Amino acid sequence: MSKAVLMQGNEAAVEGAIAAGMRFFAGYPITPSTEIAEQSAVRLPQVGGKFIQMEDELASIAAVLGASAAGLKAMTATSGPGFSLMQENLGYGMMAEIPCVVVDVQRAGPSTGLATSPAQGDYMQARWGTHGDHPVIALSPSSVLETYTLIIRAFNLAEKYRTPVLFLMDEIVGHMREGVELPRPSDLIINQRKMSFHDGANKQCYYVPEGQYVPAMKPFGHGERYNITGNAHDESGFPTNSSEIAGKLVTRLLDKVEKNTGDIVRVEEYAMDDAETAIVCFGGTARAVMDAVLEARAAGKRVGMFRPVTVWPFPAGQLRARLPQLKRLLMVEHNHGQMLLEVQRAVGREKPVDFLGRVDGTVISPRDILDKLNEMEENGYAQ
Amino acid sequence: MPGRKKLILESAWCKGCGICAAFCPRQVLELKGGKVSIKQAEQCVACGMCELRCPDYAIYLVNEEE
Amino acid sequence: MPSDLVHLYMRIDHLPQIWCPGCGNGVIMRDVAVAIHELIEDPALNFNREDFVVVSGIGCSSRAAGYLDFNSIHTTHGRAIAFATGIKFANPKLHVIVLTGDGDCSAIGGNHLIHAARRNMGLTVIAFNNNIYGMTGGQYSPTTPNGDRATTAPYGNVDRPFDIANLAWGAGASFSARGDVYHVRETIDIIKQAILHKGFSFVDVYSVCPTYYGRKNKKGDAVDMLKWQRDNLIPTARYYSMPEGERKGKKRIGILAYNDYPEYTEEYAKVIEACRKTGGEGEEARE
Repeated sequence: MSKAVLMQGNEAAVEGAIAAGMRFFAGYPITPSTEIAEQSAVRLPQVGGKFIQMEDELASIAAVLGASAAGLKAMTATSGPGFSLMQENLGYGMMAEIPCVVVDVQRAGPSTGLATSPAQGDYMQARWGTHGDHPVIALSPSSVLETYTLIIRAFNLAEKYRTPVLFLMDEIVGHMREGVELPRPSDLIINQRKMSFHDGANKQCYYVPEGQYVPAMKPFGHGERYNITGNAHDESGFPTNSSEIAGKLVTRLLDKVEKNTGDIVRVEEYAMDDAETAIVCFGGTARAVMDAVLEARAAGKRVGMFRPVTVWPFPAGQLRARLPQLKRLLMVEHNHGQMLLEVQRAVGREKPVDFLGRVDGTVISPRDILDKLNEMEENGYAQ
Repeated sequence: MPGRKKLILESAWCKGCGICAAFCPRQVLELKGGKVSIKQAEQCVACGMCELRCPDYAIYLVNEEE
Repeated sequence: MPSDLVHLYMRIDHLPQIWCPGCGNGVIMRDVAVAIHELIEDPALNFNREDFVVVSGIGCSSRAAGYLDFNSIHTTHGRAIAFATGIKFANPKLHVIVLTGDGDCSAIGGNHLIHAARRNMGLTVIAFNNNIYGMTGGQYSPTTPNGDRATTAPYGNVDRPFDIANLAWGAGASFSARGDVYHVRETIDIIKQAILHKGFSFVDVYSVCPTYYGRKNKKGDAVDMLKWQRDNLIPTARYYSMPEGERKGKKRIGILAYNDYPEYTEEYAKVIEACRKTGGEGEEARE
């Protein structure tokens, strides 16, 4: 480990992205993500990269996808209102299989909401914001250091699976300052894009060999002309009206994430070995949950934390594996119950699931969580 | 003289819009059954305007040798 | 067997194209292929086919990107210029040609047009301007003349139209031009000049849509619409030699405005260079 530095979450996102090989950023200022654009503007030209402030978020994501098609690892960052504007082109990136990273530093909504206040209300939008059936990988960090390391993973997954990867931060982590010891560059694992199409007879740009899910990708300007489109397309990249080809394409896009959850999904479990109560949370909320777990443990309660680090696909299998030991679950998130729906879906009727949420732009404290645990106890853990 | 060139028709691609025939300076072309056809080849001066304005690439000039 | 040119520069498996009989778009698409061909073939220049990228949005015009056999990307409605900005900025040696329509670049994508023009991003944007939304069946666009009819202007268009070439120029484009589908040789030359231009170049090519715009407005068929272009769109030299009184109601085609503002990616390259010189601590050095 190198020496400790004081760093803000948004800054760590930029430094991690640059370590991952980001050399292009296009964005539009929006609180509470703006520092990511500002820091990218400072840092990118220092490493030979490119920064551009676009005219809006529609243009930002479009420029990012264009830059990626031309061969650079690219990223944009925004918050709720801008994330809404990016949805159409996110779907384009998924359909055309163009890797990139999209950071959403969530703030309280809906609409302009409370621009400077924390929230986690974009969880479901991250999954279902763009139209049509599509694959989604979304990661959510809970500390400054994790922002640095996890955004590297976001770039790696984007390249490996050829898809936009969503990086769901929140105002808590984005604006938090912590002392961090960054890993040495030589200790990092960085995925690079394959620079040629598949060997052998089939040079179709979207050809996928038997048993694989992801076509190779070659940047424009490297000698093999091909077509990219957001329309349903065949292996040549040309639009098709064939329902058979379209159905196969969308199924493959979904499968490349669904069949690789073992590789993609990560969770953090804390004090779960003997836990009877699991508190499920993600992102910045984990900070208060961790404190609450420690305090509950001190009071003799067997409470643990189950934190999806990969928030999409939701780690249902990992959560279900814990069910036999659990008596109850508590979902804590800064919204009106979004990941709760996924938890309920995973748990079914097997165990009671309680909920603590908040939509007023204030932060859930460890005290709030402890009070909720007490209330659950008094009420006999009603569902 | 612009060399010895002749007109080639790609009838399957012709949609019968009539642009080539209407603007041919020598009335070489006509529409027959909704497709372009050559009425008087000997009048053609190989100006190539039909090829330039055909939206469907259904008419073009080639060197005679071909 | 199509012509050598079509063979060489188009994906003939996907031809004939889907456009309606008499649609001007096929003419413009061929113009683009000829312009690129002539640049590549010119021994005095150093154009490489693999460096061309054709970008389109959505609408009738956008089909052209798929037919042209270059690196091609068919993007979302209105966003072609923003995608193109990313492509050009990421790899400035690429010649990025945006093929767009009047709705694509001046309605839903109007913001991207004016900002790419303002930045002087080194793109060539060619608008297939047919005064109508053709793909959705004939709704009025930002270039449908006032009073004309469309399916969404059944009593006549209340909107006033854009002159997109003037719009681009007003927004700071360093090259703005107008062409059409009657004056083909002139339009090919304009497109060549636009591609040769280092900064942002815009060419508003007046297409014809006999199926939706023409029929609805009693403009006749494709031939009649081309005759209108012949009589009312006047190449620069002839336009200026006409007595002023005769110019009334006519429009000039050719290069409307031109200057040599610095190009965006070249300016940014200076920023990178300056950062390197002043020792902005490079990640590369640390690695």
